[in-house]
Amino acid sequence: MTTPLAELVAAHPLLAGLPGDAVVSVAGCAQNVALEPGALLLAEGDPADTLYLVRRGHVAIEVHAPGRGPIVIETVGPGAAVGWSWLVPPYRWHFDARATDAVGAIAVDGACLREKAEIDPALGYALMKRVATVLLDRLQMTRLRLLDLYGADGAR
Amino acid sequence: MLADPSLATSSGLGTQDDDGPRALTPVPYRVVERRHETDDVTTLCLAPVADAPMTFRPGQFNMLTAFGVGEAAISVSSPPRSPGPLEHTVRDVGAVTHSLCASPIGDLIGVRGPFGTDWGIGGAVAPGPSIGEVMPGADGADGARRGDVVVVAGGIGLAPLRGAVHELLALHQEGGGRVFVIVGARDPSQIVFRDDLDLWARAGAEVAVTVDVSAQGWTGHVGLVTSLLDGTRFDPVGATALVCGPEIMMRFTARALIDRGVDPARIRVSLERNMQCGVAWCGHCQLGPFLLCRDGPVLPYAGVVENLLTERER
Repeated sequence: MTTPLAELVAAHPLLAGLPGDAVVSVAGCAQNVALEPGALLLAEGDPADTLYLVRRGHVAIEVHAPGRGPIVIETVGPGAAVGWSWLVPPYRWHFDARATDAVGAIAVDGACLREKAEIDPALGYALMKRVATVLLDRLQMTRLRLLDLYGADGAR
Repeated sequence: MLADPSLATSSGLGTQDDDGPRALTPVPYRVVERRHETDDVTTLCLAPVADAPMTFRPGQFNMLTAFGVGEAAISVSSPPRSPGPLEHTVRDVGAVTHSLCASPIGDLIGVRGPFGTDWGIGGAVAPGPSIGEVMPGADGADGARRGDVVVVAGGIGLAPLRGAVHELLALHQEGGGRVFVIVGARDPSQIVFRDDLDLWARAGAEVAVTVDVSAQGWTGHVGLVTSLLDGTRFDPVGATALVCGPEIMMRFTARALIDRGVDPARIRVSLERNMQCGVAWCGHCQLGPFLLCRDGPVLPYAGVVENLLTERER
């Protein structure tokens, strides 16, 4: 039987198309959360325990620099997933993530998800394929930004 | 044969048959105003010394002469129906553009053109399906709607699109398709035409801006220009996309638009090479089968251009 939360999970682009039992399994680790503008989702150095599936609003991935304050590295919006460090040891956040406006998200417990993926390799593999797609997309975007496309060499 | 004549549509003076004096001889224009867009980008507002104001279409370019220094191809950045001076937005990247950017009010600049193809707005002929054609749907009063137009600009690539956006918004207010403007810049200080972005949003366009690198005080989006496409609520069915910026950016943007469901035949890009004569005689601007001063700068992405953008130079 699906729950409203399972329907939200199934509707998120990261998990769209997952079999129903897998959706229920993920939903069993999830809760619906609302975050005020400015709220911190992740803090650098803290234990990484949550995957946020953004449903509405925007989240800025930030790093703090001495004397400069927070520097936004990337902004993500509805349909994005925030927080990957719960996947691999040492399970610590590498960056801050802050809600730039009112954010609605599904917060998935990372340890719970890891445990279910270990028990059910089919679920684990399906999740990893989706995670890999997002990470590859982020990597490619980062590489393109490193090119400094709009610099003098890329000028029209 | 260097170019496919069937693609030489919608050109200004840049055809071999109708080269008039304006095509080859610079006409003197006076700098009547100058605006600093960024630290290295200046908009020059020019008025003809003796001739009647030039007519042109959005997307076309002129050859601007810095007397005693040289000539450079610069897109017209003012709207075609603007009663004001002719505007060109120039980035200071070389000797000629440096001289143009440094031209004080009152200085004379040579102008010849307009050359090349345009974005195909307002009835002008352009390769591919027409912009804003009526699509089957339910959100129009007559049960139909006009296709959305997505304008994607990177850096100073917004300059040749500026006039197009003005035209599209005028059409939108007359019942034309919705207009989405997506702008990418290196950092917040490099965003050009800030006043226009606000003006376009007030006029009904959905405007989104992103920067590759953030800065203190910037509260907007950070990321590649393609990252804004997913969150932009245009309907890809029947949508037309006009894209201008660095070629790598255009390539990835076109792919992202196609992934969103936009018909590749409805994507137009503006290409640039070493334009010199402007009339398809010298061959300096050849790209594959095209002489871009005549067959471009605006070309349909689907087909030949799609392959040319990934062709490695030998």
